[in-house]
Amino acid sequence: MAGPYLSATAMRGGYGKADILNGCTLTVERGQIAVIVGPNGAGKSTAMKAVFGMLHLREGQVALAGEDITHLSPQERVRKGMGFVPQTHNIFPTMTVEENLEMGAFIREDDYRDTMAQVYELFPAVADKRKQNAGELSGGQRQQVAVGRALMTKPSLLMLDEPTAGVSPIVMDELFDRIIEVARTGISILMVEQNARQALEIADIGYVLVQGANRYTDSGQALLADPEVRRTFLGG
Amino acid sequence: MDILNALVAILNFVVIPAASYGAQLALGALGVTLIYGILRFSNFAHGDTMAFGAALVILITWGLQSIGVSLGPLPTALLALPFGIALTAVFILGTDRVVYRFYRSKRSAPIILVMASVGVMFIMNGLTRLIIGVDEIRFDDGARFLITVQQFRAWTGLSEGLSLRVSQALTLVVTALACWALFRFLNRSRAGKAMRAYSDNEDLALLSGIDPERVVRLTWIIATALAVTAGTLYGLDKSFKVFNYFQILLPIFAAAIVGGLGNPLGAVAGGFIVAFSEVAVTYPWRKIATYLGFQPDGLLQLLSTEYKFAVSFVILIVVLLFRPTGLFRGKSV
Amino acid sequence: MSNTRQAEAVSPWRAPILFLILAALFLAEGSFRNALFSGSWNTALAILNMGLISAVMALGVNMQWGYAGLFNAGVVGFLALGGLAPVLVSTAPVQGAWAAGGPRVILALLVGLGTLVLAAQVWKRVSGLMRVPALIAVLVLGFVLYRWLFDPAVMAIEANNSARAGNIGGLGWPVLLSWPVGALFAAAAAWGVGKVALGLRSDYLAIATLGIGEIIVAVMRNEEWLSRGVKNVSGIPRPVPYELELQSSPDFVARAAEWGLSPAVASGIWVKLLYAGLFGAVLLGLILLAELALKSPWGRMMRAIRDNETAAEAMGKDVTRRHLQIFVIGSAVIGLAGAMMVTLDGLLSPNSFNPLRYTFLIWVMVIVGGSGNNWGAALGAILIWFLWIKAEVWGPEFMRLVTGPLPAGALRDHLLGSAPHMRFIALGVVLLLMLRFAPRGLVPEK
Repeated sequence: MAGPYLSATAMRGGYGKADILNGCTLTVERGQIAVIVGPNGAGKSTAMKAVFGMLHLREGQVALAGEDITHLSPQERVRKGMGFVPQTHNIFPTMTVEENLEMGAFIREDDYRDTMAQVYELFPAVADKRKQNAGELSGGQRQQVAVGRALMTKPSLLMLDEPTAGVSPIVMDELFDRIIEVARTGISILMVEQNARQALEIADIGYVLVQGANRYTDSGQALLADPEVRRTFLGG
Repeated sequence: MDILNALVAILNFVVIPAASYGAQLALGALGVTLIYGILRFSNFAHGDTMAFGAALVILITWGLQSIGVSLGPLPTALLALPFGIALTAVFILGTDRVVYRFYRSKRSAPIILVMASVGVMFIMNGLTRLIIGVDEIRFDDGARFLITVQQFRAWTGLSEGLSLRVSQALTLVVTALACWALFRFLNRSRAGKAMRAYSDNEDLALLSGIDPERVVRLTWIIATALAVTAGTLYGLDKSFKVFNYFQILLPIFAAAIVGGLGNPLGAVAGGFIVAFSEVAVTYPWRKIATYLGFQPDGLLQLLSTEYKFAVSFVILIVVLLFRPTGLFRGKSV
Repeated sequence: MSNTRQAEAVSPWRAPILFLILAALFLAEGSFRNALFSGSWNTALAILNMGLISAVMALGVNMQWGYAGLFNAGVVGFLALGGLAPVLVSTAPVQGAWAAGGPRVILALLVGLGTLVLAAQVWKRVSGLMRVPALIAVLVLGFVLYRWLFDPAVMAIEANNSARAGNIGGLGWPVLLSWPVGALFAAAAAWGVGKVALGLRSDYLAIATLGIGEIIVAVMRNEEWLSRGVKNVSGIPRPVPYELELQSSPDFVARAAEWGLSPAVASGIWVKLLYAGLFGAVLLGLILLAELALKSPWGRMMRAIRDNETAAEAMGKDVTRRHLQIFVIGSAVIGLAGAMMVTLDGLLSPNSFNPLRYTFLIWVMVIVGGSGNNWGAALGAILIWFLWIKAEVWGPEFMRLVTGPLPAGALRDHLLGSAPHMRFIALGVVLLLMLRFAPRGLVPEK
């Protein structure tokens, strides 16, 4: 199959009568990090939810590895290899870290202990707390658990909705490092970020959305270098 | 001063009755709290589920007795219990299919589900009256006492007696077993963990591929099993009367809220807290005070037994005032 | 809830037609004598009077549920509390009761109340390590003092002429005066419960009211000095003439003869008509007030809060405070109905306050009638009350019809004997069907 691994083309749709997405297109290659940035209310999270099937699309297609998945439910998309980390409420707070990961692997029938070991290897900080309730962890560690939970299905595309919201800059850098590591294992990443500058630095491809449509699309470095993008979206 | 006799009296009149009552409340509250955690509403029909199940158990017990089956010293009802649970569970799953599922799929406000549970309560109450009537029924066959007052006095030489009824001992043993099995199930098994996950975070559980309808069905079955067990034990201990099961709803809710709605461990603790407070407040302490060398004028009873429900209510109010999430941090308010 | 509240076009004729059908049912009850109806105007009016009182109760519940979405599961308690008012206000004073311990009981109750207030102050003012011990000390001392004052006084009052009285008695004032007092009693209790349970999850109010309902009824059953408990208080004065008085009035007998009625029947009908007029006036007055309130800015705000609590809160509305207001007002209306009911019966019978009958039946009335619509609630109340009473007659008839083919024997007898229980099942089924298929009731909110 030629073409990008994920291709969501010309998406239109919204929650009520008014469309939030107005012809938004997102593509990600295998092992690439794609970042969606844009002003508040641009439909960034909505675009990601549309890719994941949590939003009814009026127009447009979503294809994963060349297969049309436009009409699949989120659960079915998980089975097709998508992993999704919501922005908030993304862990099971009264369950231990280990149980959170087990729940991530709920749909797997095979032995998932290897995957769990890999997740612990990736996030050593939470590996030490595997018997502790996830709700008792710090903000950054919770995000790691949330990402780890999504990785348990061995997704080929990991979607992160503002993974660094509400965490300190140091933790943010740490999280981005981990995300790069995940991408190196061949997993494609699609993420929405408020911290546009830092996110674009690690992005292979960046999408600047405005009013639910693509305004700029380029590599992360190119976008960072574009004076127009810098002036309007990155604050100079 | 006669500390030994005082201790025996406390054991006999406060600790043993409160423990077995607490165990019955705990089983009831566990059901309420599980349903709350998964289906997110306070099930007003729970008391009548207990009554309905206990009524079926009594009918089956009578059937067994009539063909000459018995458990020797243990009540025959124990043998009938699994059948009672199965039949009640079928009925309850039916109510879920016909009543609750509709509101769940519509994502109705919890109070609408509470209202629907009132309707189910009416129907179950009527059915229970229909199948077994409104009279008081005793169905505890087998041996009555594990330890009688006379035996105890003979063994210990104390003037104060102590008795342990079979129904009380049975309540404690069955409750311990049920709690052990439930917590093992919730903490170890895949289905149990799925239930906890669903209770913790419904949306994420859906994303993880957990089938909500399966979780809901399982919850109803477990809650029903606990309710029927509680109802049967309560009936064995105190005799069966339909209206009592409506009244026990309040202490059960109090127990579940005290422990934190949605928190199973809290429900068990809450059951015992409510029961011990209730018995301690309504017990006349004069006898014990006399053993300890006081000469009280009155009965030293804080509240007459008619007001035992006030105790649950006061506990409920105190918890709502100071810690609405309950002692063990249940679902948020 | 919000999606069921969207205004759909409902025929303006719907309510009048339904009320006409209801009137026809009562006419049939009064005029035809057959398997279904009694053909007695006395019976028809008796059902109507209790139906009107039920309508007042339903109005109160409707204010709480229909306007604010509050689930009051303790209607029976507020009703019973209201029913206490005629006893305390209008029965004749009991000789010697006040002297036996009246002031001491009042003092004890004040001490009890004072203890709670003091405890609340201690909790607010004291901080640090001493907080909990100080609180417990206040509560324990207050309780001991309360019991020391209360117990001997109660014993003395209950010992006073215990066969015929044994209670504190009333003030001997006109019974109509006790109606607003009943409303006040219920309002005070509602304020206390609402203060604690409102502002938390919606189920908590339901559970707390369930508790207060049981406790109020327990108090009425056991505090003989207050309500004579299971011994009942009878002979509560009436706001209308007694049948016997009428029958001994030559004037009335003559007029009854003109209508072709025996004095006994005519006096019964006349008294019931007077009651119906009184209750009807109260009901209409309340509906009028409620409608005016709903159309005022206050009512609009109430509905805005109900339809979207979060949005209203975001707009700076104090939702909990508004809920407390409506909860107290609704409970006051229920208390008023309680006082009216006890007046009609001429009897306070604490044992008769059954939650299934007085809490959940009222709920069915509101849901069937149309939550949020006052006329609907009143209609639902009278209709359901009529059916509830008639089910007593119709149920066994129906069972006889159904069990006709069965051979005579234990099973058939059991089924025939259990016909009364069918009422509960029918009620549950009606509630569930309405909730599911017509959540807006027979007369939906405009």
